[in-house]
Amino acid sequence: MSAAGRAAALGIPHVLLEKTDHLSDTIYKYQKGKHVMATPNQLILRSDHEFDAGKREQILEKWVGRTDELKINVKYNAEVKAIRGTGPAIPGSVQKIVMRRRGKPDEVQEIQRHEPPYEIELTSGETIIAETVILAIGTQGNPTLVTAPGGDLPHVTYQLDDPTEVLDEHIVVVGVGDAGIENARGLAEDPAQRNVVSILNRKPKSTNVRESFANAKEPNAKALIEDDAEGKLTIRYESEIKQVEEGWVTLSTRDGEERIKCDRVIARIGSAPPRTFVEQCGIEFTSDDRQAYPTLSPVFESTAPGIFVIGALAGYPLIKHCMNQGYDVVEFINGNTELKPADEPLLVETFAGLPHNKSVEDWLAHLKANVSILHDMSTLQLREFMLDSDMRAYAAGETIFEKSAPGSSLFAIVEGSVSVRIDKNDPTKTVTIPQGSIFGEVGLISGRRRSATVVAAEQTICVEISRNAALKLMSQVPPAKREIERISTERQLLQMFGSGLTAEDLSEVMATAKFKTIPAGTEIITEGDRGKNIFVIRSGSMTVEKNIGGKPVFLSYLPAGSYVGEMALIDDLPRSATVRAAIKSDVIELDGEAFQRVLQAKPALFASARKEMEVRRRTNEMIESRKENFSTIVQLYSEQADFLVSQGIGEATDVLLIDETLCVGCDNCEKACADSHDGLSRLDREAGLTFAHLHVPTSCRHCEHPHCMADCPPNALHRGPDGEVSIDETCIGCGNCQRNCPYGVIRMDARPPKKPSLLAWMFLGKGPGPGEASKLWRKKNSQGDQVKKAIKCDMCTGIEGGPSCVRACPTGAAIRVSPDVFLSVTNMVDEG
Amino acid sequence: MATNLSSGALQAGREFRTDHESFLQHRSFRWLKLSSLLMLVCIAAYFLIDVEPRPNGGTWVGYTLGTIGAGLIVWLSLLGFRKRAITEGGWSLKAWTSAHVYLGLSLIVIATLHTGFQLGWNVHTLAYALMMLVIVSGIVGIWFYSTIPAELSLNRREMTQRQMLEGLKALDRQLNEAAQPLPRDQADTVLAALGDSPFSAGFWRRTFNYYPGCKTTRAIAVFDDVPASDKDAKRVQRLLMRRKGQLERIRRHMKLKALLESWLFVHVPATLALIAALAAHIVSVFFYW
Repeated sequence: MSAAGRAAALGIPHVLLEKTDHLSDTIYKYQKGKHVMATPNQLILRSDHEFDAGKREQILEKWVGRTDELKINVKYNAEVKAIRGTGPAIPGSVQKIVMRRRGKPDEVQEIQRHEPPYEIELTSGETIIAETVILAIGTQGNPTLVTAPGGDLPHVTYQLDDPTEVLDEHIVVVGVGDAGIENARGLAEDPAQRNVVSILNRKPKSTNVRESFANAKEPNAKALIEDDAEGKLTIRYESEIKQVEEGWVTLSTRDGEERIKCDRVIARIGSAPPRTFVEQCGIEFTSDDRQAYPTLSPVFESTAPGIFVIGALAGYPLIKHCMNQGYDVVEFINGNTELKPADEPLLVETFAGLPHNKSVEDWLAHLKANVSILHDMSTLQLREFMLDSDMRAYAAGETIFEKSAPGSSLFAIVEGSVSVRIDKNDPTKTVTIPQGSIFGEVGLISGRRRSATVVAAEQTICVEISRNAALKLMSQVPPAKREIERISTERQLLQMFGSGLTAEDLSEVMATAKFKTIPAGTEIITEGDRGKNIFVIRSGSMTVEKNIGGKPVFLSYLPAGSYVGEMALIDDLPRSATVRAAIKSDVIELDGEAFQRVLQAKPALFASARKEMEVRRRTNEMIESRKENFSTIVQLYSEQADFLVSQGIGEATDVLLIDETLCVGCDNCEKACADSHDGLSRLDREAGLTFAHLHVPTSCRHCEHPHCMADCPPNALHRGPDGEVSIDETCIGCGNCQRNCPYGVIRMDARPPKKPSLLAWMFLGKGPGPGEASKLWRKKNSQGDQVKKAIKCDMCTGIEGGPSCVRACPTGAAIRVSPDVFLSVTNMVDEG
Repeated sequence: MATNLSSGALQAGREFRTDHESFLQHRSFRWLKLSSLLMLVCIAAYFLIDVEPRPNGGTWVGYTLGTIGAGLIVWLSLLGFRKRAITEGGWSLKAWTSAHVYLGLSLIVIATLHTGFQLGWNVHTLAYALMMLVIVSGIVGIWFYSTIPAELSLNRREMTQRQMLEGLKALDRQLNEAAQPLPRDQADTVLAALGDSPFSAGFWRRTFNYYPGCKTTRAIAVFDDVPASDKDAKRVQRLLMRRKGQLERIRRHMKLKALLESWLFVHVPATLALIAALAAHIVSVFFYW
């Protein structure tokens, strides 16, 4: 829309193809009255359309008005089916599309690219000829359609805007993912609407919710089952649509066909990502990765000449970015090569205060030339990349970061060099990292704290790259990814084995390194096997178990950054325990033979490895010797450890546990949480599972690789200085993090009004008292707009004294633990 | 089987990892030790210092003990504020509870010595009696807090309160359907049992888990005489038995929860009364000097 607006303003012939009968479908589909945010705030908007944070309705109204004013040529209900070049074939330009098929070999389709003009075929059969095409279709894709006969009838729909507007209808919802469940429950919630709702589930009924509702979140599925039991709606198991007619549908069920009344079908059976369509247009993606973006030139042009890709599909999910790009791309097409991107002032600020006094462009060129991981970036990518990064200048001897300091950013040295202190007791023992290389990459991969102190060796300029920007860089620029991986593996090994090892010593081992991703629960080492390879855990975590008296006994927990498997190598015995992945983990497998040669060449390393091994052997022996009198305790704690790992402790860095033998149920932890954070509690004490009196409440585990951080459009989620994962005020309330959290610990709510003071409550009875105020009270006393934002535990960051939940527990039932300390067998046996 | 070099992180930064020990054992019984010391000092002072004419609240030792006692009472009652005022800082409510328990117990010695064993029917002895009531209810509270949570957790069988109630609701729905084919009189007893909500009972019934007129029990008895051939009725009886089992679990849960709170119904009002009586005691002592 922004692109069309620019084209209209410039008087370029254009047509805006809109799939639906209205503009801006994504925002149109937001729920009514939703507050739309305009982040990043510091970015200047450059578009012929106005855009500011506000309510959905206001924004849409403004845009529609402006579209009319600009006389944009919009073609509604125009869904594009295919885009084909009609010019001569471009020699040597062939698009290869690899189709993955389950259980079968991949199928490769080759498409010869043709030059523009492009013929755009619409689903209506109409065709449009265009010199250039701007794709701004987002990543949502098209919903999977109902294929049964009658599936094209108008009352078969694929979304529901406002469930409260549907009255007196017989509705069939197809699909029991979260979307389907939410729609069905919304329609049936208020009996006054008199809707008769059925929801179809292909799977059979089962007592295990996970089985019958594999694609839905558990609380959603449970709520649906409850509604079914209360008679609010009907879940039809093992049912599918066979035929749709006006007013009726025929279902095929386990017991044969059934014809039921139906005024509306809502199909929520997933959607196909638009990648296939995009590839068919001749546009190449950077990799096979599901997260990959199309390969683009500095002016957003794809590998198909004349087709430009902008917006979420190009990797920029925020509205403001998209609008700016629409504007810019039309300017480029119009031949305006002088255009400075909208981010220019921001970049000027980034580079301000540095020595040399260079211009932004010079700096960018300088970065590209001097930093190895940035070599292969386009200028456009680099600009975008620099928005999320910072330039730092250090004097010689200045500390860049300390060992054990938190931080997950990556540093690249533009000028100068740094030294890494490898021995904390002896500051003279250092390793130098030269210009052009990177450091700090350990935090990038494992999300854990800094492993060594780094000091500037001379006058040094670095780029500090945020974790997100670095991850994006790795997914967009494959050579950068390889380079970072190579450096980080080498460093991890050197650091782990220590003992004066150099990169040259390890080169043979490095050559044998295999990168593997291990699914949760898979064994990498099996007790009794004769393997000799060594495994280094790069991300995730592992559990070590030993078979004692026919039962697996939990020995220890290995966090990312540990290595395992060297015992067999040193004493040449079969594997003494089984190691399996607690969560999906990345490991490096090193060849045992090659490693053995390194050990032989380096007696110091051999000695230290031997010492480590002795410690472990003693633990094993301790368990072995105590198994008679401790067998029940050891077994109980083994089971408890398994339970905790299944509850996500394996990926946690800091977790709240409640000892039920001490908990009196006063809920003071919840109240304290609410009173420490704007009056909303971020933990639910009672919910969550319990095993052997140990309760895991619904509260953030501060995962090592936070699921919530995976898809945050404004990048509002951060790992803070103490390892806590928190949300900052740029949250736009989209709810992605809430959906992505497997533990259900993020809630969306509006900040409640301020409560009267504690004394006013105690002596005058004013206000709702300590803890989270009731919904009713919050509603009654609310002022102004209720903007719902995501809230979660931030480990009381910035609050002196630490997490309030633990401080406020009167009996000592609430404890915060870190898994590698808590999940050690010695700790468990001692506690038992 | 592993070295763990990169987790030095855990020993740095803001350290919040909490010791896993109860409020009674807090910091290896720090407050038990301190309060024992305080008691020993008071006992020693009482017996070693020879005051004229006899040990009494009005001697300088008596005043000192009284001041310590009154100060403690005021401080102990402030736990109610501390618990609710979630301010910043390095305080821990567990430490407060621990100190509250042991210092509260030390009042038995301090206040008794303060009386000089001179008791009578007056406002002074009223304050003493109220204080002892508070302490005794507190001891009951300690006993409840140290035994009931484990029992509660065991009884709950890893379910939450809500899940327990949902289980009951599910049984009720099944019963409602299963009872459809039954004759009128039998169906009525089942319906009566279904109307038996676990929440209808008052505080005493809950606390003593005493439900003489339990309609579910009665309904089960009605089906005792039904011949085994009557499949429908026997099925309903089995469901009723399951309902009773669930109901008993919920009732035990409510009993334990009620007990956990019950002692506070004495402890807190008695504390307020104590503070009033204490004020009267102090004012009258100074007024009638």
